[in-house]
Amino acid sequence: MVLLVFMLAVGVAIVRLRDLFAVVMLTGIFSLLGAAIYVLMDAVDVAFTEAAVGAGVSTVLMLGTLALTTSTEKVTPEANSLAALVLVLITGGILVYGTLDMPDYGDKTAAIHHHVVPRYLEKSGEEIDLPNVVTSVLASYRGYDTLGETFVIFTAAAGVLAIIGRRRRSRRTRGDDDDDDGDDNEETSTKEVSS
Amino acid sequence: MKPEMQHKVILRVVSKFLIPFILLFALYVQWHGDFGPGGGFQAGVIFAAAFILYGLIFGVEKLRRVIPAWVTRSCLSLGVLTYAGTGVATLIMGGNYLDYNVISHVTTHGQHLGILLVESGVGVTVASAMITIFVAFAGQDR
Repeated sequence: MVLLVFMLAVGVAIVRLRDLFAVVMLTGIFSLLGAAIYVLMDAVDVAFTEAAVGAGVSTVLMLGTLALTTSTEKVTPEANSLAALVLVLITGGILVYGTLDMPDYGDKTAAIHHHVVPRYLEKSGEEIDLPNVVTSVLASYRGYDTLGETFVIFTAAAGVLAIIGRRRRSRRTRGDDDDDDGDDNEETSTKEVSS
Repeated sequence: MKPEMQHKVILRVVSKFLIPFILLFALYVQWHGDFGPGGGFQAGVIFAAAFILYGLIFGVEKLRRVIPAWVTRSCLSLGVLTYAGTGVATLIMGGNYLDYNVISHVTTHGQHLGILLVESGVGVTVASAMITIFVAFAGQDR
């Protein structure tokens, strides 16, 4: 509960602050608080991922982006603020309404505890024989899903390379050139140097 | 990313001291994921974090000298191919796709080996993807 209040305070601060450097730091703290909540819910694997990706790597990537752009938010004239507020309130209200149906945390009669979860917990010991059932489910029972996730990561990196990877390399050929992959096209470099 | 970082002695010394431990911890998370929390995804991110730390302190140029672009790009594909290849191998051995039971005579041993292969594929892909994305962003300001 205390952590949730902290998260709320950090969220409000993120919205209010204009200094994007501080905002990036606060998003990292937000992720870390989320990771702490996952630990309290005994979801250590998820907490691990949240701490490593949300608080660690994505903060660094955001800082790298800030280094390329500016670090203060541009103040836009508040023309549609009332309409935006109404829209946000309606969306938030619908989302809260959606959570009303959900079972309480730790509810034994919740649907999720009566489908495949008991089977995994009872049978994975003899079928997979690993102490960590999460690993059994992720890598074996749900191997297709994890394969799909790996492809998502692959596609993300390939997309980043396709969009900004090539321009980076052609720009590097201007000055200290120690690039040795040999597949650069250097036509674009003159255009990029001027910026 | 920032050349002036290279003059910060404390950062340089501390990061040099920390990086081996980060790499070791990533390997621990990778291979101990069967028994405790963790697995390929988390291990890959931690492994990449060591390289990203190096890149932040010493600059992207030096990072690229440690791990060249062709290494991360091939590892990016290699991880996915390891995962998908494990599935193809189980097909050839007479099972369903990603059915590790057929890998070994004892089904649980096959499961262990299959999970090990699959998790290492995930780890390799995630680590090289993170390094690739970081270098793509951090290498821009030049």
